[in-house]
Amino acid sequence: MATKAVFLIPDEQHVSSALEDAGLRLKGGSGELVLDFSTVRRIDASGLRALEQFANAADGKALKVVLRGVNITLYRTLKLVKLTPRFSFTSELS
Amino acid sequence: MITSEATKERIEIPLADKSLSAERIAYLDGLVSRARVAAAIFTQFTQQDVDRIVKPMVLAGLAQAQYLARIAVEETRLGVMEDKVIKNMVASEFVYNYVKDRRTVGVIREFPERNLIEMAEPIGVLFSLTPITNPTSTVLFKCIVAIKTRNAVIFSPHPRAWKCCSEAVRIMYETALKHGAPEGVFSCLDTPTLPDNAYLMHHKDVGLIDATGGPGVVKAAYSSGKPALGVGAGNTPVYLEKTADLNTAVVDIIISKTFDNGTICASEQTVAIDDEIYDAALQKFSDLGAHICSEEETRLLERTVIDPQTGFMQPMAVGQKAADIARFIGLKVKPGTKLLIAPIHGVGREHPLSAEKLFPVLAVYRAKSTADALQVCIDVNHAGGLGHTGVIFSRNDEIIRKFGEVINAGRIIVNSPGAIGALGAVYNDLVPTFSFGCGTGGGNSTTDNVNIYHYLNIKRLARRTQNHMWFRVPNQIYFNMNAVENLRQFPSRTTVIITNPALEQFGHVDLVRRHLCPKTHVHVSVIPDAEPEVKVIDEVVETLKFYKADQIIALGGGSIIDAAKIMKLKYESPDADLEYLAAPFLDLRKRVVEYPTEKTSHARLIAIPTTSGTGSEVTPFAVLTDKQRGRKVTLADYSLSPDVAIVDPQFVMSMPKALTADTGIDCLTHALEAGVSNYASPYTDSNAMQAIRLAFKYLPIAYEHPQDEEARCMMHNAACIAAMAFSNASVGVNHALAHALGARFGIAHGRANALLLPHVIAYNAAVPAKFMPSPYSQGYVAHKKYALVADLLNLGGYTVDEKVAKLIDAIEQLLDRLDFPRSIAELGISKEEFEKAMPELVKNAFDDPSWRSNPRMPLMTEMVELFWQGYQGRGSAKPKEKLESQNV
Repeated sequence: MATKAVFLIPDEQHVSSALEDAGLRLKGGSGELVLDFSTVRRIDASGLRALEQFANAADGKALKVVLRGVNITLYRTLKLVKLTPRFSFTSELS
Repeated sequence: MITSEATKERIEIPLADKSLSAERIAYLDGLVSRARVAAAIFTQFTQQDVDRIVKPMVLAGLAQAQYLARIAVEETRLGVMEDKVIKNMVASEFVYNYVKDRRTVGVIREFPERNLIEMAEPIGVLFSLTPITNPTSTVLFKCIVAIKTRNAVIFSPHPRAWKCCSEAVRIMYETALKHGAPEGVFSCLDTPTLPDNAYLMHHKDVGLIDATGGPGVVKAAYSSGKPALGVGAGNTPVYLEKTADLNTAVVDIIISKTFDNGTICASEQTVAIDDEIYDAALQKFSDLGAHICSEEETRLLERTVIDPQTGFMQPMAVGQKAADIARFIGLKVKPGTKLLIAPIHGVGREHPLSAEKLFPVLAVYRAKSTADALQVCIDVNHAGGLGHTGVIFSRNDEIIRKFGEVINAGRIIVNSPGAIGALGAVYNDLVPTFSFGCGTGGGNSTTDNVNIYHYLNIKRLARRTQNHMWFRVPNQIYFNMNAVENLRQFPSRTTVIITNPALEQFGHVDLVRRHLCPKTHVHVSVIPDAEPEVKVIDEVVETLKFYKADQIIALGGGSIIDAAKIMKLKYESPDADLEYLAAPFLDLRKRVVEYPTEKTSHARLIAIPTTSGTGSEVTPFAVLTDKQRGRKVTLADYSLSPDVAIVDPQFVMSMPKALTADTGIDCLTHALEAGVSNYASPYTDSNAMQAIRLAFKYLPIAYEHPQDEEARCMMHNAACIAAMAFSNASVGVNHALAHALGARFGIAHGRANALLLPHVIAYNAAVPAKFMPSPYSQGYVAHKKYALVADLLNLGGYTVDEKVAKLIDAIEQLLDRLDFPRSIAELGISKEEFEKAMPELVKNAFDDPSWRSNPRMPLMTEMVELFWQGYQGRGSAKPKEKLESQNV
């Protein structure tokens, strides 16, 4: 049976470390992984790198990675660096 | 020290290059990728975030100005260290002063009166080429502007200025990073090559090429297919005019031409000096340290500092001191000579020194006259300087403006040094820059001093604007029985009554005459009761002139009143060209033609209608027939509206039954079309609704009982009220079709309207195949307004559709009661004849301006369908595709 796990990304300073923790979950390899960005106001280069690495790691896994609560400014940044096709997005709360 | 490599870039940069190694491509892609990520991160920054970075960058630029100037001179061997310090400081401090309070994030400008907001959108990644002549100052300038606008930049400095430029980039980048800028926001190619430049110019993730340099660089930038700012070479003409303050002018020219050894491309190149001051000017130049070359010395200069093959300056001289150039070519000058001045006698290849010279050699020309001086300046301008800079020293404002008019330059610098003046913000209020846009003359996209607004995509947020509307009618309308008595209150020396023969016979003219002010001299002009012809108009205008009329009374139906409107226009403004004034228009307020406002005579126009339909007594329209050209001319302007309308039913009591019906339905059609018009407003609606109510109630009575005073009175009022509505809201497609139908088959206007009216209502009440663009309307409401009419008439029904159907039924019943034919076919027009006429009918209907205010845009095929519905007749009018069936 598919599982669903939610990881909260607490703020812009901790995007990389939070994604590192979430990355451990990728090893399980199935179900849905929700990364909650609702408290992240903006993202820097290291955060973008971490997200890209996360997307690379998730590729080929039977795991759906969903970014939740991404604010519209941040969404545009992800769009500009062409990361949006690599994730699903939702605005729904858990 | 004199260098030997070309400074003025004339090398063609290849548009695409396949010679780059995979490693090099990976390196270049990496730079772009980093810049792209930086630019993406930058989009999250606020204005405050950006401004917090810009200021420390400026301070760093100021702090390092001397260091950067020193290493620039050491590396390039061009220019003057002290001047380069000034350039670096201008690029930092003066640019900051310009940008610091300007918004470059989010909303940057608001125009509340236009409902318009401008918003900034960063470009993203810029690829920037910087020149050897102003290396570090250009980098400082571009870095500051880029951060202010949230862009990332990849720099490709001129190879001979790479060290100093990369150092300037490093200083700016480290400072920006320290204060929060995204990583990778600036980078500098390690060893820039032409293939690198070509590759980056074509890179898909580079948003804009900003090429400051020679024509080769600029051309390559523009040829890349990318948006580009390419700004480059010039050849600045200068006019030293005889009224100039000579002391100031000579000093300014020396300042400019020696500033950084003349490396700024806006610096003076050839000075045309008026003959009257030529000798004095040269003496002053000499007194202040310039060497005035003899003819022989000038020939020597021509041979040495200008390449005889190309006609361009020799690179060895660029940015060198005058004394060094003189020494190098074997010209004897005093020690410390600032400037070499070479008299020339013309412009062009046979006068080599008339070309651009980015070193302290100045050509001068003795001008025999102002025209001669301007001609030489134009010639210099066209010899490589188009779009760049022009300079004039003069106190004669007319000549200054003439110079500005004839010189094609983005910057015309007046009574100031060209080089520093063009940089902006020092000697004038030009925008500070290190990139001069040279317009199309210079192959550039702008003539501006490039700055922040060129590094932004400016978005315009345009809110829907409710254009001003209006409700204009004559300010005096007298109505009800015996309203004609009000004529007495209008004093007049000479009144001309314009009427038709029948009305004169009925005694209506006498009735009017009786109520005029005593002692008024009255002349009666009787004209045919048909749409007025040009010839008739001209004859009556002559009468008006002869009698010096101060009052015109139009007594008659719509044709007579229309005629009087045009007569008044021609009487007051004899030069009014009716053909010109009848030019088509879409929106009255934006109409191209203007009606005359200057008048040679003045006359009050009083309209007394004798029919109850056209409402011409209050409308701004007039139609006349030009028989010579076989066409009708429609005039529309509120200046045509009568000054006074007298709506007295005693003039319509004897109207024949058919005319009562025709004009009455015309009135009803006016009101219904104004009611659903795209120009309808609460003001016109109130009139339209009241007119509809009156017409429905009183038209049948007036028709069946012509002597019923109340019915006649109310119909007379209804016609006037409906006209007030359509004067301001216009009519619709019913009128367009009826005009064409009536003209083709000689059908009375009201009758033609009646044959189409039920079908047009059904048509407008259905889902439009094509909506009409209209800023005045909010959604499609025609069907709802018809339903409101049905409610007003107590026709019943619950849904909009039911109410529209009941309105159509009621109109059809009214038409039956008025004995109107039920179809066009009933008029004896054969199907074949009608079919044959159809192309002409549709063409004329579509040319008719009436439909432009119709709520639904009529397609030509729909017009055909409506005509055929009219042909087939009443009883079939139902909306095809019903709009919402909702209660209203």
